[in-house]
Amino acid sequence: MKRLFRKSETYLLLVILVFSGVITCVNPSFFSLENLFDLLKSYSFLGILAVGLLVVLISGGIDMSFAAVATVAEYLTALAVMRWHGSIFMAFLIASLIGILLGVGNALLIYRFKIPTVIATIATMNVFYGILIMATGGKWIYALPENFGTFANLRLFTLVGQGGSQYGLSIITVIWLGVILLTAFILRHTITGRGIYAMGGCNADPGPAERAGFNVFRIHLFIYSYMGLLAGVAGVVQALLVQTVAPNSIVGKELNVIAAVILGGAGIAGGTGSVTGTVLGVALLAILGNGLTLMKIPSYWYDILIGGVILVSVTLNALQARKKRSKVIEIEEPAA
Amino acid sequence: MNTPMSPSPRIKPESEYRDVLALAGILLFTFLVMWALNPVRFLAVNNIKSMAFQLPELGFLSLAMMVTMVTGGINLSIIATANLAGIAAALAMKAAEAGGAGTFGVVAVALLAALAVSALIGLVNGFLVAFVEVSPILATLGMMTLVNGISILVTKGYVISEFPEGFRFVGNGQFLGLPVPILLFAAAALAMGLLLSRTAFGFELYMVGTNPTATRFAGVNNRKILMKTYLLSGVLCGLAAIIMISRFNSAKSDYGASYLLVTVLAAVLGGTSVFGGFGKVLGLILALVTLQLLSSGLNLLQANAFLTRALWGLVLILVMVINHMSESRRAGARS
Repeated sequence: MKRLFRKSETYLLLVILVFSGVITCVNPSFFSLENLFDLLKSYSFLGILAVGLLVVLISGGIDMSFAAVATVAEYLTALAVMRWHGSIFMAFLIASLIGILLGVGNALLIYRFKIPTVIATIATMNVFYGILIMATGGKWIYALPENFGTFANLRLFTLVGQGGSQYGLSIITVIWLGVILLTAFILRHTITGRGIYAMGGCNADPGPAERAGFNVFRIHLFIYSYMGLLAGVAGVVQALLVQTVAPNSIVGKELNVIAAVILGGAGIAGGTGSVTGTVLGVALLAILGNGLTLMKIPSYWYDILIGGVILVSVTLNALQARKKRSKVIEIEEPAA
Repeated sequence: MNTPMSPSPRIKPESEYRDVLALAGILLFTFLVMWALNPVRFLAVNNIKSMAFQLPELGFLSLAMMVTMVTGGINLSIIATANLAGIAAALAMKAAEAGGAGTFGVVAVALLAALAVSALIGLVNGFLVAFVEVSPILATLGMMTLVNGISILVTKGYVISEFPEGFRFVGNGQFLGLPVPILLFAAAALAMGLLLSRTAFGFELYMVGTNPTATRFAGVNNRKILMKTYLLSGVLCGLAAIIMISRFNSAKSDYGASYLLVTVLAAVLGGTSVFGGFGKVLGLILALVTLQLLSSGLNLLQANAFLTRALWGLVLILVMVINHMSESRRAGARS
């Protein structure tokens, strides 16, 4: 019980419960299975990206380019699927490959040339996005194949609401759940996963991890290609959710994703963060966003809210880290 | 293995001199190439004038980026700060105009509003970085979102435009045949150069960027230095805002979206180390002029704006790769 209260995830859960209570009091339609399943579906896109970014943040890096990667993957996949009448499976495959390829590019710049992650990915973001818009003219794609529509409406089970409306667990949510489980497994139970924590654990300095025997190059490759892979998957998910492909619909959303992951307890100092925390972070953002709509607060407030959330949570994280550090010194001093 | 966070090897004065020469060489090369590609129009008075009007706002923003990078940080909120400062100035001006203030009063009110807002944002950034010890990337990223949100809330996404004639002079006027903004930038760059190279604060700024722990043990108050750095960075954004809204004759929440990359690029190309400790105003100016020549030349060739953006990204990667290679060669030569 005491251990439970030391975890930031517990506090996050409490905050989520309080907010849910407040929103329900103002607008009871918030507290319904229908709204829950709807949120789970529409926030899958953000959730998949958040899980990918979590891996990068744990390693002590940051990726500013994932939204551009998702856009490139989404757009090229849509073009390919339209030309060759591909299946949904093919769409995910193509998008994943594009994402991995671009991610490997990031990894090489960061590892081989020791470019700080923030600078490298600001640069690649502009390269990826700039070339895509230049080559395509930024045209929207409306005529997605029919199977995109049918797949997006698949549900694992279907319930019927009071007004006769149908809802249930969407296949898109299932993809997100798969990503969550896979990432949690990789981070907890594989050597690569432990290496990612090790790399970020020493003030984001991969040196000690390398001396401890981790292949830091392979871990870099994994981190950024995994982020790329998930960005590719998220790109297709976005196309499924919106049923149109707009090259400017994803860029700019990276801040929401970053907010969710940081809110979930991951800091850029590296070495901390968990999949549970990130999922709770996404949940809190979803509830806040949905709550604003349900409480009829103008959408102008949304960015302020996100910015405020980022600042408050980085402040709390930093204060907590400082408290932890001062504790370590207390223990060490008598021994010296 | 060399860790990414370790400070780069000390550069001797003569090699610093060589860096400036190399930059001047790149500048000359860019100039010749762009001139060759646009033989007639590149040196036309119109083009030179338009370059002189465009460079200053980017210059102020690049200085704002550079000071934080010298301390080993970064300021991702510069564009957002400039936009909100511009909006504040625009609103203050509208109010002053309605109150019947004269030209001088209107300009003073605009300047005051922009500086107050940008200084406040800078102070909060500084507080988060120096006292709460949040990483500069996250602190300024959160600030960027928050400030952007405030700008959108205040303007509801609309443009505020039509400023009095006297105020438009700041961004569009000429004094002794020279554009006013470039004169303002020259003055600011000179002041910044002196501040960084001739004052105790400047020296301590480089020290904090090189090795914060050693600096603290040397009796320097790191926190005060960082506070001042981010305050200075904010104020420079406020000055950029004044020139920007005066030139556009309008203020809006999302001007200059692609500037962030260009300011990082100008600083890095100009020799500012992203790991902190290095960076000279002279280098930054040479880099800025090079980038301005490049972008104007491409513009004359009617290159796609997104091609230019991709090109900026590629150049940034290229500069970082070359920096890394020359640094490891230097390190190899010493051992």
